[in-house]
Amino acid sequence: MTAKLSADDLTLIRGERCLFEGLGFALNSGELLLLEGRNGCGKTSLMRAIAGMLSLETGQVLWNDVPVLKQRQTFHGELVWLAHRTGLKGDLNMVENLHFEESLRPQSGRDREAVYARLGIERLKRLPLRSLSAGQQRRVALARMLLADVPLWLLDEPFTNLDREGRKLVMELAEEHLAAGGLCVMAAHQDVDINGPVTKIQMQ
Amino acid sequence: MSDSGPQIPGIFSGLWATARRDLLLAWKRPGDVLNPLFFFAMVCTLFPLAIGPSPEQLEFIGPGVLWVAALLSTLLSLNSLFLGDFEDGSLDQLLVSPQPLPVLALGKTLAHWLTSGLPLVLVSPILAVTYRMPASVVPVMMLTLLLGTISLSLLGSIGAALTVGLHRGTALLSLLILPLAMPVLLLGANTVSLAAGNDIYTTGVWALGAYAIASLSLAPYATAAALRISNE
Amino acid sequence: MWKFFHRLASPPHFYRLAAVFAPWFALPALVLIAYGVYAGLFLAPMDYQQGDAFRIIYVHVPSAYLSIMAYMIMAISGGIGLIWRMKLAHAVAAAAAPLGAAFTFLALVTGSIWGRPMWGTWWEWGDPRLTSELILLFLYFGYMALRGAIDDTAKADKASAVLALVGVVNVVIVHYSVEWWSSLHQGQTLLKEGGPAMDPGMLYPLLAMILGFTFLFGSLLLRRVRTEVLFRERRTRWVREMILSPEGS
Repeated sequence: MTAKLSADDLTLIRGERCLFEGLGFALNSGELLLLEGRNGCGKTSLMRAIAGMLSLETGQVLWNDVPVLKQRQTFHGELVWLAHRTGLKGDLNMVENLHFEESLRPQSGRDREAVYARLGIERLKRLPLRSLSAGQQRRVALARMLLADVPLWLLDEPFTNLDREGRKLVMELAEEHLAAGGLCVMAAHQDVDINGPVTKIQMQ
Repeated sequence: MSDSGPQIPGIFSGLWATARRDLLLAWKRPGDVLNPLFFFAMVCTLFPLAIGPSPEQLEFIGPGVLWVAALLSTLLSLNSLFLGDFEDGSLDQLLVSPQPLPVLALGKTLAHWLTSGLPLVLVSPILAVTYRMPASVVPVMMLTLLLGTISLSLLGSIGAALTVGLHRGTALLSLLILPLAMPVLLLGANTVSLAAGNDIYTTGVWALGAYAIASLSLAPYATAAALRISNE
Repeated sequence: MWKFFHRLASPPHFYRLAAVFAPWFALPALVLIAYGVYAGLFLAPMDYQQGDAFRIIYVHVPSAYLSIMAYMIMAISGGIGLIWRMKLAHAVAAAAAPLGAAFTFLALVTGSIWGRPMWGTWWEWGDPRLTSELILLFLYFGYMALRGAIDDTAKADKASAVLALVGVVNVVIVHYSVEWWSSLHQGQTLLKEGGPAMDPGMLYPLLAMILGFTFLFGSLLLRRVRTEVLFRERRTRWVREMILSPEGS
């Protein structure tokens, strides 16, 4: 299974600011696209535009050479979105949160317990997420990502709230995902050390 | 496309999952369900205090008061319909999910109705009795409230989706929704009054039913469009 | 044909075209309204029931009609803006809202003044048209409030377009439900549909006023859209060049 994410001539204007203009890229299976730049330079906006949440001034994002907006559901069935706000409910516990995701998205059928153990959250299953630390909540969000069976990972600042060990874990997971033929778009303002073909976009 | 990946769960799975999650959240925070109910009861208490306890008068204004109170109380609970999802990023997850967004919006609205509209319908007979509503009229009132609150939840979900993430959202939401909701109020309250006056009231019930069906089939699309716009 | 629309939708082109067309709306408006006012006040015969009070229809009816029409324009251009992503259409919707609200308000005020000698009160809830008109005014308020609350223009455009489309469905429902409600309570209406045919001496000034008001609305709308376009495009090159160029305008 090979997949391709590409974009051509992307321009985004928010309010009166032009965040990027004429931006393009092409990403194939097994490749990482790294968006770099300071805070507020439009990394998140570009990520959201790729995910189809922002409407662009010009240009379009293509998934397997078909515009994303023409096959929104297919495209969304092949990606996971991990952002600063995790999208998990503080009042629900880990199992309840992950169960919700299962009903929406194709699942990889990986052994859940093994995933929990790898992320170090196997003992937090029955606690409401509110009572966990920010880093632990982020690990639950990572579990959601691993349990989904999708080729494209969109990770916006995936290292937020994680300690050194956690950051290393995210990089390892991304490497494995790429090695298995996945694609990954990552926005980060820290140094990222991932083996594999990396395309970088430096944003102003 | 050509590569047949794993199957995306069906739309009923998405509908049920969103409704179930919101019901679960309501279960863990019962205050969110109970507060609008208390509000409903309190608005109904205001009128006898303001107008006086004369039985004939109360009997006369009863249907209208109950309906206005139901409308206001629904409005009160609508503000939080998408707010929590917006704040914790769940809304982003819904927007990038492979499920059709109108279905997910409908799931959330269904949960809203089950936790705000339905309890109102169930509590209303108690308040109706205090307004000396005849026993024969109470089922009619419950039926109109049942159909009416469905429409109100659906209409309200559009307003809630349009105002999610805005400052001063609550006041704005009322301003958007109340004029849209006026036909529902008008049909509902007058149908009950007709029933109380032993008149033919079926026209109103049919009209409310038609309104509910129309909003059921149209509102989720508007809500979905509004959610996409608000979350840009 | 498509190309023509495309050109029309380009802001600088529209801006120049609107300046050319504006007098063609303003002039007929002036003539028709002047005739309508004179004929309505002095030439039209007195109503055998309402006396001279009926003459307020020469303002009331055109305003009421425009209040609905402006809402339709708002919703349709909002829809066009949403579907074809035409920015000009959103500017039209934004410009039409306050105008529509103003005509709605005018219709309410004239209706209320008219009702005073008829009903002996300034406001009669039983009149279905006035009540519908009042709800319409609230719909306009909601629309403008939503626009005002969203800072980002593009977002405000899209959100308010959704609201206008939902509202336009509702306007119809409001109309019929209020009619039904008023029939329950023996409501009385000022203007009867299908009543005795109007005397031509009364009718012609009314038609002139309706047409004149439509032209007036068109001319005001063009002006407002022009201003709106200028404001929205204030950062673009063509606006700067135009302002710096010697002819100005």
